[in-house]
Amino acid sequence: MVVWTDFERTAIQDIFSKIDYAVVGQAAFSRCLIVYPWTQRYFGGFGNLYNAAAITSNPRVASHGKVIMEALEKAVKDMNNIKATYAELSALHSEKLQVDPDNFMLLGHCLTIVVASQLSKAFTPEVHAAFQKFLAVVVSSLRKQYY
Amino acid sequence: LTGTMTSLSAKDKNTVKAFWAKVAGKEEQIGCDAVSRMLTVYPQTKTYFSHWKDLRPGSAPVKKHGATVMAAVTDAVSKIDDLTGALLSLSELHAFTLRVDPANFKVLSHNLLVVLSTMFPEDFTPEVHVAVDKFLAAVALALSEKYR
Repeated sequence: MVVWTDFERTAIQDIFSKIDYAVVGQAAFSRCLIVYPWTQRYFGGFGNLYNAAAITSNPRVASHGKVIMEALEKAVKDMNNIKATYAELSALHSEKLQVDPDNFMLLGHCLTIVVASQLSKAFTPEVHAAFQKFLAVVVSSLRKQYY
Repeated sequence: LTGTMTSLSAKDKNTVKAFWAKVAGKEEQIGCDAVSRMLTVYPQTKTYFSHWKDLRPGSAPVKKHGATVMAAVTDAVSKIDDLTGALLSLSELHAFTLRVDPANFKVLSHNLLVVLSTMFPEDFTPEVHVAVDKFLAAVALALSEKYR
């Protein structure tokens, strides 16, 4: 079981209380598609992803970014049970969507960078470490149902 | 270490150089913050610095090393057309003396991107992000040249 310090819990909950899910979700997800273009392979039905401008203004990218943030919020609301929270999503990503799990942390990196730009000085090395730990737990949970 | 996916295009190089002009004067702060984060967020990297007295964010050795690293990266920007040549002696240092696992280059690169994002939220656009990420991957590859 993952052990969270009080600092880590507070830091993570604080981040999620401060960010706008629509803004951060769109920014992080579009950044992932731009910086790591091979991730576009999973979004063939999303319309125009031809270049950075198209991705940035794509409404399906924006709404899916928000979906991702709302899914992350589930983990934040029950930090002692992240593995159970994502059991279904893990099966979905592995069996139906067939996403290479190495891609999960690519999105994680982009989310970190967007959160960092939003929180600026408040995103101290210690807060950053807590956030990275949270992402690692989320990714690990999403990997659980792959075989 | 995965190699660079593609070599740097002219557009990539110009994007990196233009962005780096904005970085000028802040190299020490950026380097210090990047190394501080690397040691704090990815504690396995501390194993290379057991000879330092103080590994806390912003400590004297961290500050000094951050400045050293950023000076080398800034130099690489100025020699972006021949990174292998520019980083030859640093590659030998990392390969034969320091023997840093090259997987860690990606770790420091990521932390550098995070710092750039906090300090230049408007300028560090997705387009700049991908160009700088590619550049840092090319630097890492050049640093790995002498390993084997």
